Amino acid sequence: MADPRTLAAGAAAADEVIRLAGIGVRFGPVQALAGVSLSVAAGERLALVGANGCGKSTLLRVLHGLTAASEGQVWRSAARQAMLFQRPHMLRTTAQNNIALGLWLRRIPWRTAQARALQALERVGLAAVAGRNARTLSGGQQQRLALARAWALAPDVLLLDEPTASLDPHAKREVESLMQAFAHGQAGDAPMTMIFASHNLGQVKRLASRVIYLEQGRVLADLPVHDFFQGPLLQAQYPAAHLFVKGEVL
Amino acid sequence: MNTFAESATTALALVASFDPALWTIVARSLAVSATACGLACGLGLVAGAWLGVARFAGRDGVLTVLNTLLALPSVVVGLMVYLLLSRSGPLGFLGWMFSFQAMVLAQVVLVLPVVTALTRQIVEDAERAHGEQLRSLGAGPLLRSLLLAWDERYALLTVLMASFGRAISEVGAVMIVGGNIDGFTRVMTTAIALETSKGDLPLALGLGLVLLAVVLVLNALIAALRRWRERLDGSVQDVTRGLVA
Repeated sequence: MADPRTLAAGAAAADEVIRLAGIGVRFGPVQALAGVSLSVAAGERLALVGANGCGKSTLLRVLHGLTAASEGQVWRSAARQAMLFQRPHMLRTTAQNNIALGLWLRRIPWRTAQARALQALERVGLAAVAGRNARTLSGGQQQRLALARAWALAPDVLLLDEPTASLDPHAKREVESLMQAFAHGQAGDAPMTMIFASHNLGQVKRLASRVIYLEQGRVLADLPVHDFFQGPLLQAQYPAAHLFVKGEVL
Repeated sequence: MNTFAESATTALALVASFDPALWTIVARSLAVSATACGLACGLGLVAGAWLGVARFAGRDGVLTVLNTLLALPSVVVGLMVYLLLSRSGPLGFLGWMFSFQAMVLAQVVLVLPVVTALTRQIVEDAERAHGEQLRSLGAGPLLRSLLLAWDERYALLTVLMASFGRAISEVGAVMIVGGNIDGFTRVMTTAIALETSKGDLPLALGLGLVLLAVVLVLNALIAALRRWRERLDGSVQDVTRGLVA
């Protein structure tokens, strides 16, 4: 059921896919997010950065609708969303079935879902393991499988919560190149709006078009990627974000 | 020590002699407990899976009651079912007192909380691990509970074993509602209780060893099934080779 707050935030710009206004999230005594307002336009590649516990994952969950905001308003366009988690969650069945299940849950007949699942596996280079139990795949393969599952849903907005955090460099590169391809709409795909949390500033530089820096649940900087990594500007206007980029905030 | 040695000999002799009376009792015990487990698992797996995922007001209270029922004494269950099935009881019209059905009903009541509580715990743990992903894909609570129960099917085999063990080893409930009628409602545990009261300890212990052996064989079969399926699931099934080419 739609969150009543979802519809209450008023009209949006034509290319806007998500807008948050004054979002606060509280888990018991912990204020995970406070006064977060932002707008995401179609085609943006938005990176969420900040130290552990700053609210990146909570913000992604609010954007995706997994966590309800305690205060504020969320507006989502009709754009389809899919989300990837830091640790890919796979059911104890074949890789192909794991993808097909996601489609079946969106009311696509099982046989069609199976065929589309195979296409998705081919898209991420995993067709050879289509019949293998997804839980027996390596971490990198599982994350590519999770990307395939998301891709199969043909989302307009892809949310990713530190998708390469637990991967080795080789797997990291593979997943990142797929993210890049999805975001830019390569190989005949439509471009996706991408919102991702990351600790890897190199990855943020490579993938993002815009960066939001969070600290203790608040947005302290919201800049185009070039400005975010321009030392003097950041230091002058957003000293906390500058310290983070320099590696002095853990 | 002599009694134990004598009992083991008696047990072996009983099994080896293919005593029809003994095997009838063993078969009846298995039939009662298997039927009760089947019914309790049918209800308990669904209810437990749903409880593992659903969040509603009063859930904590329900779980406290459920966990308390794990310690339900079998004689109390027997007494409750006796009152239900007695001529003046609400289910007296069924005419089930001192019958196979009465014993099954008593064991269902006894085993249902075990199946429900253990399933709830397993599915709730799975929900913590995978629930968010399934929610993200659009699965509601009922579908999520069923998918997670299916995903945890091997862990749930242990629940099946635990519930069967609880059912086949209880004596209080079947004694009260079954009546231990020879050739009709006598099962392994009531036969053991009877032989003990008659002072025939070797025979009672012999029956006990047969009971243990039966449960051991069943558990070994389920464990083997579980290992086989897990191996099968873990292996490469390159079924798509033809499709991909």
